Amino acid sequence: MTGIITYGAYIPRYRIRLEEIARVWGDNAQDIIGGLGVREKSLPDVDEDTATIAVEAARGALARREIDPAEIGAVYVGSESHPYAVKPTACTVGEAIGATPNMTAADYEFACKAGTAGIQACMGLVGAGMVTYGLAIGSDVAQGAPSDALEYTAAAGGAAFLIGNRDPIAEIHRTVSFTTDTPDFWRREGQTYPSHGGRFTGDPGYFKHVQGAARLMFEQTGKSATDYDYAVFHQPNAKFPRRVAHLLGFTPEQIEPGLVVPTLGNTYSGATMIGLAATLDMAKPGDRIFVTSFGSGAGADSFDIEVTDAIEAETFRRGGAPTVRQLLSNPIYVDYARYARHKGKIVMQ
Amino acid sequence: MSVPRFWRKIPQRYNLIGTQCTSCERRFYPPRSFCPDCRRSGVIEPYRFQGKGEVVTFTVIRSASDAFEQQTPFVLAIIRLDEGPRVTVQVVVEDVSEARIGMRVRSVFRRIGTEGESGVIHYGTKFVPDVPYAE
Repeated sequence: MTGIITYGAYIPRYRIRLEEIARVWGDNAQDIIGGLGVREKSLPDVDEDTATIAVEAARGALARREIDPAEIGAVYVGSESHPYAVKPTACTVGEAIGATPNMTAADYEFACKAGTAGIQACMGLVGAGMVTYGLAIGSDVAQGAPSDALEYTAAAGGAAFLIGNRDPIAEIHRTVSFTTDTPDFWRREGQTYPSHGGRFTGDPGYFKHVQGAARLMFEQTGKSATDYDYAVFHQPNAKFPRRVAHLLGFTPEQIEPGLVVPTLGNTYSGATMIGLAATLDMAKPGDRIFVTSFGSGAGADSFDIEVTDAIEAETFRRGGAPTVRQLLSNPIYVDYARYARHKGKIVMQ
Repeated sequence: MSVPRFWRKIPQRYNLIGTQCTSCERRFYPPRSFCPDCRRSGVIEPYRFQGKGEVVTFTVIRSASDAFEQQTPFVLAIIRLDEGPRVTVQVVVEDVSEARIGMRVRSVFRRIGTEGESGVIHYGTKFVPDVPYAE
């Protein structure tokens, strides 16, 4: 059965509190924090970007399990902030983990769900016997225009999942997707920052598609929310995943381990995948995990995952790489000026 | 730096690939194709360093060349890798006063620099303090 062989996550150490962003723009911080359910967000160091985050996440995955990198036949990196417009991030990752040259590689882009689309592609290649392992990564240094609503949550981080069928730590029983042409969020060629439809990203975007994919999964598997131990949803803020979880019948306890957005922010392509990594950090054999990502544009990917005995076997060292909670601990807080420097928002002559 | 010059060194820059002499087990970084001890009887093969080491000495760069002026102040150190060789490399610390001789460090993957706004991005290895994560 195809599943997750190992996984890793990476979050830069730097954080900015939402109060600090609100202070600069004269907004009411408590209204924003209360509305979003987010207190602070991560940002990259001056020398970190989507590629460096992807590499660190991938190396974390390989530190947890002895895998010959030469057997990784596919590397897909999902992001909306690839360092180059033309030149794949996936090649840099492949080289940095020693998987090159006998591999296929590509960069994926689908707003916040490009990483889970990579998992699906890897499942297909593994299932067809075309590759032994496929590496799917969601990584972003998310962009939000200064003073735009997105600036309060657009964060930096990523997670990597190695997909294969040799003794997975978690089997992926099924994946389904729900996709339509919905212009709720976009970035035109050459533009620095994305644009969005404001509240339009809610009901016609997030809620329609997440519920569409989730209910399709329920229909195909005959399962419901009560059949799962944990659930992970895309988390652009804390309000959306909590509401959609409630609408689908999940309890707050089921989503709590994977709800990392309050102290991380929205890591776009990394968001659902870091939530899944945080859930796997504490999962036990037999646990059933329901995952649904969302990407504006718009679409959602659902996964029905069951943790196996291999997660506690000697071949898998969960402590070989930092957990998501460990990556979130010991942050370095910066003010807005430092944040602007780290994010390259200051134009230099 | 020209594109071919950067490209040629990608294995060394990304993954600390050096060489070792299988006759005397001496290791080299940057890679050498000839063992100065074993000479003709030396057999050289690639060797991947683990990326852990210790600061031998360091300096703080406060006035850098154009390519690095956005990163100042930063720590430039000579690090003795656990396998023997010494490398000159940047150590990323939040405050340059954190740098200490004897400090344990581990390698990370970072941007080293870029060729202006439209040129290639140079990725490579830097080091950070090797402190355990909180439980």
